[in-house]
Amino acid sequence: MTSRKIEILVGLFVAGAIAAFFMLAMKVSNMSSYSGGESYSLTANFDNIGGLKVRSPVSAGGVTIGRVSDIQYNSETYEAVIRMDIDAQYNRFPVDTAASILTSGLLGEQYVGLEPGAEEDYLKDGDVIDLTQSALVLEQIIGQFLYSQGDKKE
Amino acid sequence: MIDRLANLGATTLAAFERLGRASVFLLVVLASCTSLLRRPSLLVKQLYSVGVQTLIIVIVAGLFVGMVMALQSYYGLVDFGAEDSVGVMVVLSLLRELGPVVTALLFAGRAGSALTAEIGLMKATEQLSGMEMMAVNPMQRVMAPRFLAGVISMPLLATIFSAVGVLGAYLVAVQMLGLDYGPFWSQPQAKVDLYDDLYNGIIKSLVFGVVAAWIAVFEGYDCVPTSEGLGQATTRTVVYSSLAVLFLDFILTALMFSK
Repeated sequence: MTSRKIEILVGLFVAGAIAAFFMLAMKVSNMSSYSGGESYSLTANFDNIGGLKVRSPVSAGGVTIGRVSDIQYNSETYEAVIRMDIDAQYNRFPVDTAASILTSGLLGEQYVGLEPGAEEDYLKDGDVIDLTQSALVLEQIIGQFLYSQGDKKE
Repeated sequence: MIDRLANLGATTLAAFERLGRASVFLLVVLASCTSLLRRPSLLVKQLYSVGVQTLIIVIVAGLFVGMVMALQSYYGLVDFGAEDSVGVMVVLSLLRELGPVVTALLFAGRAGSALTAEIGLMKATEQLSGMEMMAVNPMQRVMAPRFLAGVISMPLLATIFSAVGVLGAYLVAVQMLGLDYGPFWSQPQAKVDLYDDLYNGIIKSLVFGVVAAWIAVFEGYDCVPTSEGLGQATTRTVVYSSLAVLFLDFILTALMFSK
């Protein structure tokens, strides 16, 4: 076989592998959701974030509009501090927007849900969301349920 | 009794001696790889015989592995009404485990054994010493291009394997079993991470490529230059590469995906 033919086949092989990589990256991984575009960050404090992780989705009305970019613990206020990167095109959240940690489905992963308020001013880059609702921890709910059952009997 | 002890000691020492020689050999080959910058045509030729000629078996295996995975996970998940997760299950298994591992096993069987046999025969027919007589360094001329071609080919082959496997799963799940087209693609897009899954799989296959190519080239270089020794060396290549790949896969999985 001539060396030209070999080179062509090797070139096809490498090109095929690159095409396969792009197919995997675009079609079956979350690369397309790395917007790469402009985003702004918001901060929120929670008593308990449950199973929330970095890169968990942030959604409003069920639409994913950003991702959790950082999770820290403030040992002075004893609260979890999370930072979210929100896509810049969704920049019209009122300052009294509420953030809560929700679970998708019964046993699904946790995400941050934003519920828009009614104020005229909008949240800007670096703002803090004041109205937050912590994650529901199953053990605490069961515990409360059991206590309330016990109270009824007395 | 004393004889047995002596035997045991000799066997142990021989094993360590081989390991030591293999390590020195790896360093020499790595150092020789720089000479390929001046002769890239040698590398291209080896990429053809190591990579391109392994492509057919990798594509066929990937297609069928993907199809079987889709079928099997469908039967498992349909009882729970979770058959929409077939896509994400197949994609994650392929990217994280099956793609790199099965490709490395096929690579050891198809390309590794051929490399060992080729180099071993060169040694048996004294072509390697002939090269040295002509002041051609066989490390630079023979070993380095074969080793590097193996290292480069493995990630490329594993990526193609995974992509073809996903297509095979798509054929079975969507075309044959009639699952919905939407969740098959959208669930992986939500759950598969570009860095954690895709890149880690590629790093895995790169590690397997280094190990498989190293074992194949070393076994050929170190073989007993007789027809019997050549046969044993080829067998050892396949056995050692497969065991090393499976063992390393466990370690790499434990390191990469333990959250």
